[in-house]
Parts: sequence; C-alpha cells; structure tokens
Amino acid sequence: MSGHESTYKPNSAFERWLDTRLPIIRFANDTMINFPTPKNLNYWYIFGGVLAVCLAIQIITGVILAMHYEASVDGAFASVERIMRDVPYGWLLRYIHANGASMFFLAVYIHMFRGLYYGSYKAPREVLWIIGCVIYLLMMATAFLGYMLPWGQMSYHGSNVITGLFGAIPLVGESIQTWLMGGPSIGNQTLQRFFSLHYLLPFMIAGAVVLHIWALHVPGNTNPTGVEVKEVEKDTVPFHPYYTVKDAFGIVIFLIMFAVFVFYAPNVLGHADNYIEANALVTPAHIVPEWYLLPFYAILRAITFDLGPIDAKLLGVIFMFAAIAVLFVLPWLDTSKVKSMRYRPVARQFFFGFVVVCFLLGWCGAANPDDAVIPALQGDPSLVVSYTVEGAPATASYKGGEEAFEQAKAFMASLPVGANPSLAAVPAPTFAFRHLSLILTFLYFGYFVALFFIGLTEKPKALPESIHKSVLKRKPKDTGNAVPAE
Amino acid sequence: MTTETHAEAVDEDRRNFIHIATGSVALGGAAMFAWTLVDQWNPAADTRAASALDVDVSKVPLGGEIRILIGGKPFFVRHRTPAEISAAESVNISILPDPETDDARLRPKADGSLNKAILVTSGSCTHLGCVPVGPSQGNTGDYGGWYCPCHGSHYDTSGRIRKGPAPSNLPVPNYRWVSDSVVNISL
Repeated sequence: MSGHESTYKPNSAFERWLDTRLPIIRFANDTMINFPTPKNLNYWYIFGGVLAVCLAIQIITGVILAMHYEASVDGAFASVERIMRDVPYGWLLRYIHANGASMFFLAVYIHMFRGLYYGSYKAPREVLWIIGCVIYLLMMATAFLGYMLPWGQMSYHGSNVITGLFGAIPLVGESIQTWLMGGPSIGNQTLQRFFSLHYLLPFMIAGAVVLHIWALHVPGNTNPTGVEVKEVEKDTVPFHPYYTVKDAFGIVIFLIMFAVFVFYAPNVLGHADNYIEANALVTPAHIVPEWYLLPFYAILRAITFDLGPIDAKLLGVIFMFAAIAVLFVLPWLDTSKVKSMRYRPVARQFFFGFVVVCFLLGWCGAANPDDAVIPALQGDPSLVVSYTVEGAPATASYKGGEEAFEQAKAFMASLPVGANPSLAAVPAPTFAFRHLSLILTFLYFGYFVALFFIGLTEKPKALPESIHKSVLKRKPKDTGNAVPAE
Repeated sequence: MTTETHAEAVDEDRRNFIHIATGSVALGGAAMFAWTLVDQWNPAADTRAASALDVDVSKVPLGGEIRILIGGKPFFVRHRTPAEISAAESVNISILPDPETDDARLRPKADGSLNKAILVTSGSCTHLGCVPVGPSQGNTGDYGGWYCPCHGSHYDTSGRIRKGPAPSNLPVPNYRWVSDSVVNISL
C-alpha cells in the first residue's frame, strides 16, 4: 500500500547519492521487495505475475519476428514460411509467439474470474479493475490484428468478418469500414496498417500495466477473505521473498504447460486453414475466431431477430460489445458490500453458473449455429415437394424412409405440367446451437443483473475479524504456543 | 517485520543449496532462450543456400571482365590477354607490398592444370571496401589491372596491390572448376 512507510536504507555512498536524485532503488524496494501483501493469498493470485511474463514473452518474440516478417500481400505468407523453415530458431520463436497469445488469454481469463470471485473490482479498486478491462480490450485488439499478419485463409476472412462488424453501424458504418480497410476490401494497405498497430498496441498494454500496478499499490491487494488489511504487522508479509517465490513457482508450472503446447502440439489451438494463403474468392467452409474470442462470437451470432428499428446484424454487434462493456460498470452493478464470494452463499452459486455459461458460450461459438446441440434428439429429415398451383407456391412434405421418397415421387408425377415441382430434404426442427447461444447470452447478461438484486437481499455469512484471525482459524494446529513466523 | 520464533534453527546449508539450484536452473533456461534470440540474427538457411554461384566463364570477352554479386558481394571474373598474363608473371614479387605469385592466385582444374586466362578475385578494394574500376569502365590504373577511385589504389593484372593505401591484394574467393568453362564461386 502506498501508505506504508519506506523501509529502504541506502547502504553505500553511491546509493545515498542516487537516492536524493532518482530514488529508483527505493521505488523498486518499496514496490517489489518490502511491499506489504496480505499473507493469505492463494494460488489464484499468481496470475498477475504470470501475465507480466506473458507480456514480456510476446514483446520479445514479437519484436524479433518483425525483423523477419514482410508486411505485404505478396510477401507476408512466404515470409512466415521462411521464418518457419529458414531463420535459425524461427520455428521456435513463432510457435512461442502464436501459442503465447493463447497462454496470455488463458492466464487473463483466470485472472479475471479470480477478480470476479473475490470481488477485486469493488471499492476502493474500481479504477484498478477498469484499467484491467482496458488492458483486456487492448489484448483482444492486438490478438485480432496479429492473427491477420500470416495472411492465411483464416487471417483474411476473419479480418473480413471483424471489419464487417463496423459496417453494421447505422449511417456511418460503411464509411468507417472503408476507412479501416483503406479501400473497398482488405488489401496491402490494410495489412500494413494492421502490422504497424500490432507492433504499437503491446507497448500501450505495457503502459496500461504500469497504471494497473500503480492502481494496485495504492489500496494494496485484495485477498480471499475480502477483509482489508487492518494491522500491517499481523495481516501482511513482505512481497519478497513470500510472493516472489510463490509467483515464481506458479510461473514455472505455467511455463511447463506452455512448453508442452509449443513443443508437442504447436498447432492444436490454431486452424489448418490458416496454412493456406489468403484467397479472396474462397471463404473457408467453417470460419471461427481463435478460441479466446469464441464466447463473444457466439453472442454475436445468437442474435437473429430485429428489435424495432435495429436489425439483427447491428443488434448482434451491440450485444457483443455490451458483453465487454458491462465489465467496465460492474463495480457499480454489484450492490453487495461483501467482497469475497466465500461469504456470499447466493451470489457464489450464480458465479459458478456464470463460469459454466462462459464455457458453454465458447462451445457454441465453435459450433455451426444450425447444428443440433444433441444430434441424437434430432428427428429424421423430411422430404418437401415445392410446386406451384395456378401461380401460387405450395409445398407437401413426407416423412419416413424409402416409402416417403416413393410417395413424394408419385406425388410429383401426378402434378400437372406447369407445376414445376422440386424435391428437397429439410432437417427436422431441433434445439440448435443458435437457440442455446441465445439462452446463454441472456444468462450472461443476467448474471450482472442478478448481482445487483442479490446484493440488496442476500444475507452474507459472518466475515472474519481480520486476515490474521482467518488464517489462525483455518490452521488451528499451527497456533500452538508461539505465533507462527510468516 | 516478522518475529522469528521458530523453535528449530534455520538450516543454512539446505537454504543455500536450494537458492543455488533454483538460480542455476533459471539461469540455464534464460541462457538457452537467449541463445535462440541471438542466433536468429545469423544468416538464414535460404541466405546461406544463396551464397554460391556457378559462373560460365566462356562468356567473358578476351581482355574484358564480368562483375557478379554473390550474396550481395561483388566478384570479378577477368579473361586476361597473353600480354596481361605475362605482365602478371614477370613481376619480381620481392618488390610487391603483398608478395604473391600469379600462379598462387589461380585455382587448378580437376586435372590439376591452370587456366591462366581466367582470373577470379573479390571485387571490393582491401582498403575500405569500394568497388574498383577496371576494363569495363575503361580505367585499369597504372598497372593494367584495376583502379580504386575512392582513395587511389592501383591493382595489377593479377589483382595484386601495387600502389596506394590498400594493404593487401584483392582476395581470391573460394572457387573450384566444375568443368572447363564453369567455375563455382562460394563465399
């Protein structure tokens, strides 16, 4: 906490000299060494450190890849293949960078769910939370821009879809879309500007991270009890070595998992279509974004109805952006004064439901919207004969196996000459992914609405008196005669 | 900020071992990652593959030269006249700044014989790397070979430095005769 007194004592003449000019050692000492940190942080709290490592890895490997990459429609795809085949360790650096994006998002999602569960967004940490949301937005923008650079089929057509979102904005949409692409379609100019921004945004993320840490160090960390630090002596331990070591251990485990992807399954999170060079004339049969954007993609596609003057396309875009925007106002949506879900029996159930909804939305985002959620429950398709009677269209449908086909054939033969009959197989109506997506979309937003009302009525469990007391209560054996050393 | 009330004493040896072991693993990992970050600047496989070239020397006119780039570096292939060959061979090498016989600057064919008419040298002046002018530009300097316009180095018909600031002869690249009319020059 910024209120804590600096414990730094310059040891040498040089340190004393520097301390009165640029107290950088004091700053490092107060923020990373002696910073008082609640002593009850669990492993869900390591992901801030993991994310810092992820950002560093992405920037280091990214700067290097940019030295070998060529931002042009003629050279981009070939230059990426050259990195993979010819540049010394290029394959490794690119696989680290590509999988690093997934690892970054994996860590950020756990970090965000941690914040949601322990109420890290509540006063006095609203600004900390909002800066975090800004970082998340910047991450999504950076990931999208970066995914375009290899100039594969998914790169090209994915970018088409995303820039198309802006086309849904009324009146100015088409102008904005043209402005973004710098022409009637995605071309060389688009690739160049996206490359430039893909290089720029990570440094903006780094800047936002500095603000994020600053905003963290003013009120200090939350902790699993949600009870603020009362006595620094009893409730906290210095950041080093307690949390440097705990974070480092977590980071090592995380990096091992990261390495498993890089070395044993480097393409498992990607799409094979992106190893085909972009072809503006052929869209891949099944176009989906990277896994970390799937829940939002599901929300986008879930909206298939018009609402008054707003058509379905625009409404989908509004809902998708609202799904992110709602996070920004969450500190004021949640009315409960209790931070941690540990002590909120009702909201806790809703939280776990929300996590499940997010996973299911991701599942829906990856699926074809018209496919049956449970194929076994879908009935047989029916045969439909379309024809015209005295100029008006009419249909007749037949169900069953071969008999239905023969009946339909006989019916078609019996029709008069001008009827123009045609036969089509129509799938039986079923519970499809677009229906599930719609339900989940409302549940997603429902969570935030629910938090508002639950907070007004819920009776929370008794909070521990202090962090110190809660630790002692959890580990009665340790109390013994002596106060345990932290 | 903590009060040490542990009954048992801290085992310093154990603690040191853990510190050193942990630090070594971290340092080893960082060093290996750093190796890839440094090595990626070295010439890539395609760049290395492009660092050799087969040159058909039968196309070089008598008394003239061709200039070629291999991996972006200039090389001269010169078809010397009998007069130029004898000029190169008749020099008393003890007076040269960088003593070398003409034969030492040629590479034998597969059968061991020398093709004295064809001289292959680097095309960058040993002084500061300018590309000397030669028969193609109509200026062969005071000794009939090449002349570097940057700082006035004169090379003879064997590519040896004769006058001027350049410290040594034009280097003979690594090349071999693939057939009677083709040489393979590599960096």
